[in-house]
Amino acid sequence: MTTWQLTVNGQRKEVAVDPGTPLLWVLREELKLTGTKYGCGIGACGACTVHLDGVATRSCLVPVGLIGDRPVVTIEGIGQDPCGRAVQDAWVDRDVVQCGYCQSGQIMSAVALLKAVPKPTDEIIEESMGGNLCRCATYVRIRETIKSASEHLT
Amino acid sequence: MRAFLNAVPRVSRRGFLRVSTAAAGGLLASLWFDSPLSAQEGPPPVPPKAYPPDAFVHVKPDGQIVITVNRVELGQGIQTALPMVLADEMDADWSQVAAEIAPAGEVYKDPVLGIQIVGGSSSIPNSFQQYRELGAKMRAMLVAAAADRWNVGADQCRAENSVVYGPGGRSARYAELATYAAGRPVPEKVRLKDPSQFRIIGKRVRRLDSKAKCDGSQKFGLDVDLPAMKIALVARPPVFGGRVRAFDDAQARGIAGVIDVFEIPLVRGTGVAVVADRFWPAKQARDRLKIDWDLSGIERADSSELRGRYEQLARTTGLVATSRGDRAAMDRIPAERRVVAEFDFPYLAHTPMEPLNVTVRFDGDGAEAWTTSQMPTFEQGAIAEILGLKPDQVTFRVGFGGGAFGRRGSLDEHVTREAAVIAKRMRGSPIKLIWTREDDVRGGYYRPLFAHRVEIGIGKDGMPAAWKHVVVGQSFLIGSKFEPMAVKDDVDPLLVEGTANTRYSIPNFHVWEHHPKVNVPVLWWRSVGNSHNSFVMETLIDELAERARIDPISYRLKLLGSDANKQRAALTLLREKSGWRSNLPLGHAAGISCTEYYGTAVACAAEVSIKNGRPKIHRVTMAIDCGLAINPLTIENQCQGGIGFGLTQLMAKGAITLRDGRVEQRNFDGYTPPYIVDAPVAADVHIVPSAEAPTGAGEAPVPAIAPAVVNAVSRLTGKRYRSLPLRAL
Repeated sequence: MTTWQLTVNGQRKEVAVDPGTPLLWVLREELKLTGTKYGCGIGACGACTVHLDGVATRSCLVPVGLIGDRPVVTIEGIGQDPCGRAVQDAWVDRDVVQCGYCQSGQIMSAVALLKAVPKPTDEIIEESMGGNLCRCATYVRIRETIKSASEHLT
Repeated sequence: MRAFLNAVPRVSRRGFLRVSTAAAGGLLASLWFDSPLSAQEGPPPVPPKAYPPDAFVHVKPDGQIVITVNRVELGQGIQTALPMVLADEMDADWSQVAAEIAPAGEVYKDPVLGIQIVGGSSSIPNSFQQYRELGAKMRAMLVAAAADRWNVGADQCRAENSVVYGPGGRSARYAELATYAAGRPVPEKVRLKDPSQFRIIGKRVRRLDSKAKCDGSQKFGLDVDLPAMKIALVARPPVFGGRVRAFDDAQARGIAGVIDVFEIPLVRGTGVAVVADRFWPAKQARDRLKIDWDLSGIERADSSELRGRYEQLARTTGLVATSRGDRAAMDRIPAERRVVAEFDFPYLAHTPMEPLNVTVRFDGDGAEAWTTSQMPTFEQGAIAEILGLKPDQVTFRVGFGGGAFGRRGSLDEHVTREAAVIAKRMRGSPIKLIWTREDDVRGGYYRPLFAHRVEIGIGKDGMPAAWKHVVVGQSFLIGSKFEPMAVKDDVDPLLVEGTANTRYSIPNFHVWEHHPKVNVPVLWWRSVGNSHNSFVMETLIDELAERARIDPISYRLKLLGSDANKQRAALTLLREKSGWRSNLPLGHAAGISCTEYYGTAVACAAEVSIKNGRPKIHRVTMAIDCGLAINPLTIENQCQGGIGFGLTQLMAKGAITLRDGRVEQRNFDGYTPPYIVDAPVAADVHIVPSAEAPTGAGEAPVPAIAPAVVNAVSRLTGKRYRSLPLRAL
């Protein structure tokens, strides 16, 4: 057990866990931020996507001991960001979700994409969102909604 | 699934509504049932518990109207659709409506089936009338309360948007009237609206649960967090039914946070449970267990052996599922007008995004469970059985599930039973049992592996004159608690649905089935038997249409029987909406399919090209006839989602395979469902206008997509595809 200082959604947090514990489980079980989801544990589904220093990252693959001072933003905090808020609103407006379990990760990936590429093409959307699995297959609406959010942002 | 549900004996119960003042104020409407014995004499039995176990509607003093939905929400949108139905008849202000999921309870059983269930797309067909009547009764009571207050006739009042209006410009909000209405008798009979008066039903209404699912606040089963809760993982045998001979847990117990390690019985075989204060230590500990498994005398299923054996079985007639016309008709058709086709389909996992989990706390004289179950009635009973309690001593909560597709509706309650066994040992502590993704992918309860053999004799007009069809695959009804109700003469109707009940008018039509026993647990997979039967039927019909040089939509319209009104309507609408078929870019082709699932017809056109040896789906146009469309927006979403789910069958890694009894895939790297790149770029959905009774939309779209895509691929390559998953083109 080691104590770690983390910055999550702009707040300083302290947790005492084994250094190998994935960030995902630190968020969910220590900080009770359960919006970040466990789906596969091997970085293959994207349900656990958070922003680590602004980069969309699979939190199931990042041991807490390697985070250092990089800030973490989760679905609970992304609404404080104008782009994050716009994407969340667009998601609700276009009725994207079904079961909703993967959508935290979808939204985190979409926000990272739009921050990097404000006007993404279909190919770029497929590439950036390509690792986020949705078993309800809301993909058609995800694609449309990224495009409509993109219009609202510019 | 509904074939089986239809066979469940109907429960004839007279439900009646009771109203009362809620503890926190306002009007509370509950549904109670006469028990068959007490119905004749004396006052009705007093229900054991007050709110919420039997509540359906709560009109709160602040105006909010909470509607309890007797079905788990798994993404299908029922938490929005049934409240829409009730709110419409109630003339409620939709902006003030909230929904909640009912716990297990007598009053929440399906009014037609007598069990609490989400399955077979039965929620809308079976609860539409129930929720309309509930809403209409609420409205009648609130209007009567206003009329009393103003001393006017109820017929001089009208309700709109949670307000009752009376003569002389008087008005009162539902919230003001609620407490007074709570003291009034409930009308026995109420008049329902004429469909032309619907204000909410039929509108594109956004889901009530969207916002919470977009900001991370929606809690799912896996998010349950209770004081002193422990996490449990189970090491299960590498071959189904294996047993623990001995295990060494020295290293596992050395992990900080591990509380206990012990052997438990499973529904199949035995396993070793690890209980820890967190997930990560539990997983670390389980990885470090050294288990000596006893696999002696256990059948080791092997996919390639099964395929070979099934292929042979399919060449023999089996149990008669359907027999129409003359079996010898085939013999009179010359060889050049016959087609023989052999198909094979792999095991498929459901892999809902939220891994399987159940939380149970056992207190000695009672228990509480937190679940996302599709069948609360049976799961509550299973927990009670293991803990030595009566079902009503188990408070069985149902929460939002991260998908299910049939997987949370098992026939043996195996996940819940594991959790109850562990909770019994850990008495007093809530235990959250988690199946990791690996446990899920390797854990069985798959869509079964199937083989089909079809022989078709074609008439001189190019239409099928004789059709002989053999289906081989495991039955999950046979040997289950439902066998006595659903299986007649050893024939499992779920194996052949989509074929045996086809509405294509084929004069000499014979379907047989074989259901060998195999040591792999199997289960219904969204659209059940239709996932493979519709593929066979719709790819063969396409082949016949091409051979006859008739447009595939025209060919189907010609072949459909006189009872196929909905399929006909869907195909006709599809033809109108898929004009793009006649103007395709070079290298693109269109494929057609038409299917029906329990009263809902779907017609589908897919525009496909080939990219890197795989189908690239540019566009799908789908037409659906599901009777009265309650929420067209949800239906559109279910169609788009059903398309994506159905594509699981075509993925290069869309198969669960077994070798020497062991599952060869472990996670999404080996069993890979569709990602965004595999889904259609666009999917437009068109709903046949209808005033007929509503039918489900959750499963019907699933079986249509795979044959439509493969039919398009066949047009491009000139080859036919009879083995899934689709290999490199």
